[in-house]
Amino acid sequence: MKQTVLVEVKNLKKYFPIKGGILKRTIGHIKAVDDVSFTMYKGETLGIVGESGSGKSTMGRTMIRLYEPTEGEVFFEGDNLFKYSRKEMRRVRKGMQMVFQDPFASLNPRMTIAELIEEPMVVHKLYDRSERNEKVKELLNKVGLQAEYGSLYPHEFSGGQRQRVGLARALSINPKLIIADEPVSALDVSVQAQVINLMKDLQDEFELTYLFIAHDLSVVKHLSDRVGVMYLGRLVELANKKDLYSGPVHPYTQALLSAVPVPNPRLKKERIILEGDIPSPANPPSGCVFHPRCKYATDRCRVEKPLWREIAKDHYVACHLVD
Amino acid sequence: MQTEPLLIIRDLKTYFYTDGKEVKAVDGVNFQIYKGETVALVGESGSGKSVTSMSILRLIPDPPGKIVNGEIIFNKLDLLKLSESDINEIRGNEISMIFQEPMTSLNPVFTIGEQIMEGLRHHHNLDKANARKKAIRLLQLVGFPRAEDIIDEYPHQLSGGMRQRAMIAMAMSLEPKLLIADEPTTALDVTIQAQILELMRDVKEKFNTSILLITHDLGVVAEMADRVLVMYGGQIVEEGDVYTIFESPNHPYTKGLLSSIPSLNDDKDRLESIEGTVPAAHEFPKGCRFAPRCGEKKLSICEEKLPQLQEIGNGHKVRCFLYERVEA
Repeated sequence: MKQTVLVEVKNLKKYFPIKGGILKRTIGHIKAVDDVSFTMYKGETLGIVGESGSGKSTMGRTMIRLYEPTEGEVFFEGDNLFKYSRKEMRRVRKGMQMVFQDPFASLNPRMTIAELIEEPMVVHKLYDRSERNEKVKELLNKVGLQAEYGSLYPHEFSGGQRQRVGLARALSINPKLIIADEPVSALDVSVQAQVINLMKDLQDEFELTYLFIAHDLSVVKHLSDRVGVMYLGRLVELANKKDLYSGPVHPYTQALLSAVPVPNPRLKKERIILEGDIPSPANPPSGCVFHPRCKYATDRCRVEKPLWREIAKDHYVACHLVD
Repeated sequence: MQTEPLLIIRDLKTYFYTDGKEVKAVDGVNFQIYKGETVALVGESGSGKSVTSMSILRLIPDPPGKIVNGEIIFNKLDLLKLSESDINEIRGNEISMIFQEPMTSLNPVFTIGEQIMEGLRHHHNLDKANARKKAIRLLQLVGFPRAEDIIDEYPHQLSGGMRQRAMIAMAMSLEPKLLIADEPTTALDVTIQAQILELMRDVKEKFNTSILLITHDLGVVAEMADRVLVMYGGQIVEEGDVYTIFESPNHPYTKGLLSSIPSLNDDKDRLESIEGTVPAAHEFPKGCRFAPRCGEKKLSICEEKLPQLQEIGNGHKVRCFLYERVEA
């Protein structure tokens, strides 16, 4: 299969300043995303997993400049997104949409479902009114909701239905890339499966590329073609799904996978229990950021930052152990 | 397994009254927990699992809630008949509870140590020095390397996983016979969850504590539980040992739940999903509460009558007309 590159992320960094003292001067930085690089191909789902504080959400948002990047470049269809002014960026962002954990947290509760789905088309000045109405009906149908639901308000919807509306809204302006940030983690399992299946169907139909950000490794495995693992602002491993889940190389990936409880009572897993918590991204450890919790850590890991390298075809790791 | 259960719940009904509506959050629940056993109560949001657990310690806010029927027999005592001061002697002492969000049970203005010591001094009559010694031992037991320092810290100084461990230390401080854990790891990251589950297993072995584990995570259930109760619409729809539930479930809801979760161990292309959503407790259908979502061949009786929970063999019980025993 010939793969076309859709997105190229190069050395992306996002630091948030920490203000302090009487003069509210910057006294440090939270390195939420620290030197991340990867490529996304057209039509694939790239899963990003990580625990809270790993920077996975910040990375997704910085990529499409919902946060302004500190450093680095992101190319979308060969076009450097960071060269645009904020105003121009609004137009460019039409090709990429975000889906959130609770899509309605940031939406106007006084708008009907139909108005909410229509809104992005209005903002981007697409179609005339009657075409938009047709489009809204079609989209409701595509995400498995009856057209009559268009006249209802968000509070009348369950979590699963809201996520369907979130998807319809994102799709209304025909994006190529969808960044989905924990889209199913607030849903009950029976409903979660419905939304996951819907996302797969929509991907096939609209040739979408997904960046799927989640903390649930089983869900990510189910939906993704390739998976990247983040820890403390950095990618530590990225490979196609099969290689990553059956042969994880980075000690953090190994521990993370071993920690996932499997719904099979006969399976007694060999578990790697990590000591302690994730350190603060305001003051990340020296060298390899994982070294304080890594049982294989050597002196080198404490001082030298491991490089992000391709160790086998399409399998990237940042770890000194694989040298 | 012993013949004498530690906890017996008979026909528990906990209803809520809001806006003139009667909401049957828990509607006729029966089960037992034996000594040293871990029983998982599984269900989606709105199934009544948390209300069941809160009812055991009589923590249901009244109004709007009320335990309208049933018996909760703990150690031969009916908890529903006890006076407020008698139930207070049981809470935290013989039965303790841990929650999803530790800050709901940790007081932000007291140090971790003060909160653990309070129970020890009140229930076990320890003096301050001995209570402090015991609290430090407990904090070490739950995996704090700097227990002597942590004891004087406030909850806000700890991370989420540490707070959860502090809460477990507090819950275990009086060596309860029963620990009720309501979604104890849901808010935690998987690596921290693994630490906490391991800790709960250790603690259970050490004190032979019975655990009622409330969760929606079937992976956690498979790992921790001896027996499983599946709740739907305020009722138990299936009960069995953990192997039966995972390997030969009978109720269409249990089957649906199990096939709708993605697992690290298999490579299904498509998840099977259950149609629709969990009904609200004030709008249950007349017949079987799962009937509107049921994917199996439905009988006409399913929409007319509520099926009973029936034993179909060796502790395996199902509430479904498809498995109704034919009375001879």
